[in-house]
Amino acid sequence: MEIVEKKNKNIGYEPILDGIPNWPVYQLSKNRKEFLEEVTEKSITRIKELRPTRKQLIDELEATVYREQNRMKRNRWRVDPPDENAFWADIKKDLVELSNKSENEAPNKEDEILRKISYRYANEIAGNFKPSSYKVARAVIKFGFRRLLNGARVKKFGAIFRSKYTLRDKIHIVGKAKMIRKLAKKGTVVMVPTHFSNLDSVLIGWVIHSLGLPAFLYGAGLNLFNIKIIAYFMNSLGAYKVDRRKKNLPYLETLKMYSNIALQKGAHSLFFPGGTRSRSGAIESRLRLGLLSTSVEAQRNLYLDKPNQGEEVRKIFVVPVTLNYHFVLEAPDLIEDYLHVKGQDRYFPEQDNYGSMQLLKFMFKFFTKGSNISVSIGPGLDVLGNYVDSDGNSLDAQGRVIDTRDYFISNGKVCVDLQREDEYTRMLGNKIVKEYHRINRAFASHLVAFIAFEMWMKKFPKLDLFSILRLPEEDLEIEYAEFRDTFKRVRKEVYRLKDEDKINYATHFKGKADEVIKHGLDNVGTFHLKRPLLKNKKGNIITHDLTVLYYYHNRLTGYDLEKFI
Amino acid sequence: MTLRNLSEKPVGVIGAGNFGSAIANILSYQTKVLLYARDSNVVKHIQEKRENRGHTFNEQVTATNDMAYLAKECDVLFPIVPAAHFRAMMKNLSPYLHPYHIMIHGTKGFDLKLPEGQTLETMKVLTRDHVKTMSEVIKEESVVVRVGCLAGPNLSKELAQRQPSATVIASPFQEVIQTGKKLLRNDRFQVYGNNDLTGVEMAGVLKNIIAIASGALSGLGYGENAKGLLISRGAVEMIYLGRALGGNTKAFLGLAGIGDLVTTCNSPMSRNFTVGYRLAKGETLAQILGDLHEVAEGVNTIRIVKKCADYYKVRAPITDRLYKVLFEGMTVQEALGHLMRYPLDVDIDFIQD
Repeated sequence: MEIVEKKNKNIGYEPILDGIPNWPVYQLSKNRKEFLEEVTEKSITRIKELRPTRKQLIDELEATVYREQNRMKRNRWRVDPPDENAFWADIKKDLVELSNKSENEAPNKEDEILRKISYRYANEIAGNFKPSSYKVARAVIKFGFRRLLNGARVKKFGAIFRSKYTLRDKIHIVGKAKMIRKLAKKGTVVMVPTHFSNLDSVLIGWVIHSLGLPAFLYGAGLNLFNIKIIAYFMNSLGAYKVDRRKKNLPYLETLKMYSNIALQKGAHSLFFPGGTRSRSGAIESRLRLGLLSTSVEAQRNLYLDKPNQGEEVRKIFVVPVTLNYHFVLEAPDLIEDYLHVKGQDRYFPEQDNYGSMQLLKFMFKFFTKGSNISVSIGPGLDVLGNYVDSDGNSLDAQGRVIDTRDYFISNGKVCVDLQREDEYTRMLGNKIVKEYHRINRAFASHLVAFIAFEMWMKKFPKLDLFSILRLPEEDLEIEYAEFRDTFKRVRKEVYRLKDEDKINYATHFKGKADEVIKHGLDNVGTFHLKRPLLKNKKGNIITHDLTVLYYYHNRLTGYDLEKFI
Repeated sequence: MTLRNLSEKPVGVIGAGNFGSAIANILSYQTKVLLYARDSNVVKHIQEKRENRGHTFNEQVTATNDMAYLAKECDVLFPIVPAAHFRAMMKNLSPYLHPYHIMIHGTKGFDLKLPEGQTLETMKVLTRDHVKTMSEVIKEESVVVRVGCLAGPNLSKELAQRQPSATVIASPFQEVIQTGKKLLRNDRFQVYGNNDLTGVEMAGVLKNIIAIASGALSGLGYGENAKGLLISRGAVEMIYLGRALGGNTKAFLGLAGIGDLVTTCNSPMSRNFTVGYRLAKGETLAQILGDLHEVAEGVNTIRIVKKCADYYKVRAPITDRLYKVLFEGMTVQEALGHLMRYPLDVDIDFIQD
């Protein structure tokens, strides 16, 4: 008997704002030029606060040029604009000229150079949301996916034109969907999902749309834009680009200012706070705080603008989202990267071995064979990490309402204290990580992978991780009965964790152990060339790819379940 | 933030014990102070006599036992109440607190958070999940996030006599450190900052264990060699324990660690020292606690830390022996004999060889 995922109850949501012209993200792109100029000017102010003297600023600019030229030499991408070399050569020339002159001979010249750089960055970062292509992209995703799904599931001629199945049967949205809709009407939503796969970006775009939310401002890794098909969707969904190769101060400040101002203008935003895809396969436990800090700063600025107690201020709500897959296309490469880095502390350049074709093939497989995805939407948090109710009031542990403004007050006045806000951002980050683990929806496939790998680890207590991964796969076999007993024991612990509100699990997780194990084995990393976990002829558990098994196993680390193997 | 701004609102001190009174006094050189005492008789006494436990107050200090008023009037609060009452005090105060409040506590003890119906004795194991520092209690029980602590060699009696002294304020927030500095600093009182809140709290708490041991050595009539031995080995033990409980080594080397340790171990004035001293003279714990007017945090700390050390497998011979003396009837003489014979690796534990 096949265990079927319970049919999703949500039939779909009405859009909360009718008409694209009302969407904040559209407003931003309509006034693109003014917006970018504002970003540039404010970034310059900020950078000059950080580098207050002329000398410090010039040093910073020289370092920037050096790094950029180095990057172009070492790590060029397809998306990089062709005039890059020329631009930076010009900047370098300007800087050389400047270094021969005193401050009086060339007053404010360094500001001018900084402005050029920052404006260029702002332009590069900014997305370009066009209603027409948004609609096209949306229709393509919806229509295309549905046709594929129906054609594949119902094996009859003509099925491709039926609409029995929709994406909603494939992708399960659980959690606080209604709440996020309410919050999006009340204030500005910052969605922060976990990040496992390049597919996440497209997937989350669909989720946002299907929740009836207006398009979000989207921080996507520039590397994604190397893949043409994704680039097309991302561009039309209004994504802005985050280039993780650029670590120079002007870039980082411009990027943060972009997000900051957009949030202040009420544009719902989304970024992956883990920075890049999780290499190990584990849920993010440390976040990059840069972009996250912009939500704290934006909230403070909104309070600064309305300094009087009691004035209505648009609140910013942070909503953690956990994505769960049975199968991650890039898993073998991600885990290789991870082990490489863990084994020897070395930098690795981000690269993607998957072009448009592979992705399309994967999509086809995904829709033709059953492999569900689950999206858990967490409860809303304020920028300090307090839970909010559906009216947007922040609540303390005892359920009393907190005025978020008070966090930014010293001596009775709202004020700027960057060190304090850094600490707030850290607190928010910790809370998000905790929520990820709490709303994580464990799959049977994660659990079988976890148990099998841990059982092998236990069998060789003297070996470290790397030696275990080097064991020949033929030597590894677990008696089914033994596996089954362990499975039952550990699953009970997962139930206990769920009672303690520390994890969640999919509906297929419960039921007869044999069936759930089968469901797990059938689904875990099912489309990889080498299956990470399967039964042999004797019915025992074996693996064809221990490293990839390790990847899927990592999904359930951090819950102390090892103790029960 | 200017001093004038700060002085417009009074600063609150919660707890009119020895240390609380001393801090209220130091604060009163800079600003108005509201001193909260739970007992209305104490409030009355302070208001009428301008004095408490040997600390004379100037007109800047006002006593109160109204928590709502205290929280409304003050943005900055110094809670200095015994660890055993700290959580209850926070629960009462919590409804009146807001995120703009700054709290800098001066309590050197642990809070125990056990599952319902359990006591320390019935718990099979004790982990860091059950043991909270005071700053963690503040954050659990209220919306206050700007939390700091006060630690260092600060014997209340010497502070009352305006002898030179220093303290460290630890907090992840620069704002808290700066505020504390401005409020406390004067020509007789130096204030340092540290951003490792947990480490400084740990150092302050754990040094009480060594203080009891020091009192015991003194009670046995031993001199300075023995004390030097104890202080250096004690510091090592504190560092190991502190690391297991989430602090960094660095904090232990500063005022809150070595500074406080040297002071308490040499001071017959300190309560923890007194407990050890009288134990060595042959009194039982019950007798001592019976006529000690203030709480000796060290006793409870030993109960808690002993159990944690077992769980985290930290080698803590001094704590372990003191536990046996306090609760299992071992004599101080026996404990010392055991410590002197304790087999350890030469290179690390050179003193006990």
